[in-house]
Amino acid sequence: MSAGEKYVAAAYGVVFLFVLVWVAIIAAKLARLERETGELAELARGRRHDG
Amino acid sequence: MPARITLPTLSVISVALMAAAVTMIFFVAPEDADQGISQKIFYFHVPIALTAYVLFGLGAWKALRVLWTRGERYDLESYTAIHQGTIFGALTLITGAIWAKASWGVWWTWSSNQLVLFLVLFLFYCAYFMLRFSVEAGPRRERISAVYALFGVALIPVSFLAIRLASDFIHPTVFTREGPQMTGTMFGAFCVAWAAIVVLALVMYSVELAGKRTDAHLRELREALGR
Repeated sequence: MSAGEKYVAAAYGVVFLFVLVWVAIIAAKLARLERETGELAELARGRRHDG
Repeated sequence: MPARITLPTLSVISVALMAAAVTMIFFVAPEDADQGISQKIFYFHVPIALTAYVLFGLGAWKALRVLWTRGERYDLESYTAIHQGTIFGALTLITGAIWAKASWGVWWTWSSNQLVLFLVLFLFYCAYFMLRFSVEAGPRRERISAVYALFGVALIPVSFLAIRLASDFIHPTVFTREGPQMTGTMFGAFCVAWAAIVVLALVMYSVELAGKRTDAHLRELREALGR
């Protein structure tokens, strides 16, 4: 692999890595939202039972 | 995002365009006579930079709507666009530094107005987040953030035109008044790559905005349920 090819691979790799990290962050956020929605649904169900 | 195109459809278009762009860049577009293989960085670096400008511009437009209509939703849209713009701005600086090292032998040069002005623009928008999170959530924060975002948009034409106003000629000028200084296939690859990056940005913007809206709705629900 020539030096030029290494730089091209690095540039495209960085873009790919950024998108991958962004997907991981969004996945973590989605998991948190799912958990919180579940907790709120549980609370709403409890209130319906009580009242 | 246009109402008729759903997010999954947009994601599929993004993947297809990205595959077409990579194919055109590496298998169709010829190698540059001067720079050789390292010129291939241009096909992602320039579209990413242009998309960053578009996202900062979108953020400013939404900020104007915040001040105009006092609409809370525009604040979230402006914030998301600027956040995405900052991500694409960081990518521009990193891919640009790699290209600079490959072409000029240095990672960075302070003598190029284009580079320095883009860095100023990037740092300006990084400071946006510091300002935003130093103010308590509410109408005051929305207004302050909107005014700041609008100030930033003034830097975009300066940064964009800097290359034409610069006297150093280090940074290459590909698009001149005579048209693009490249072959037809190179220009075709560039256009496909830009379309791919723009659609990717649109997908990322929509997903992030949906997440932030859901977060806001959950906060409201939590307050309504007394938690």
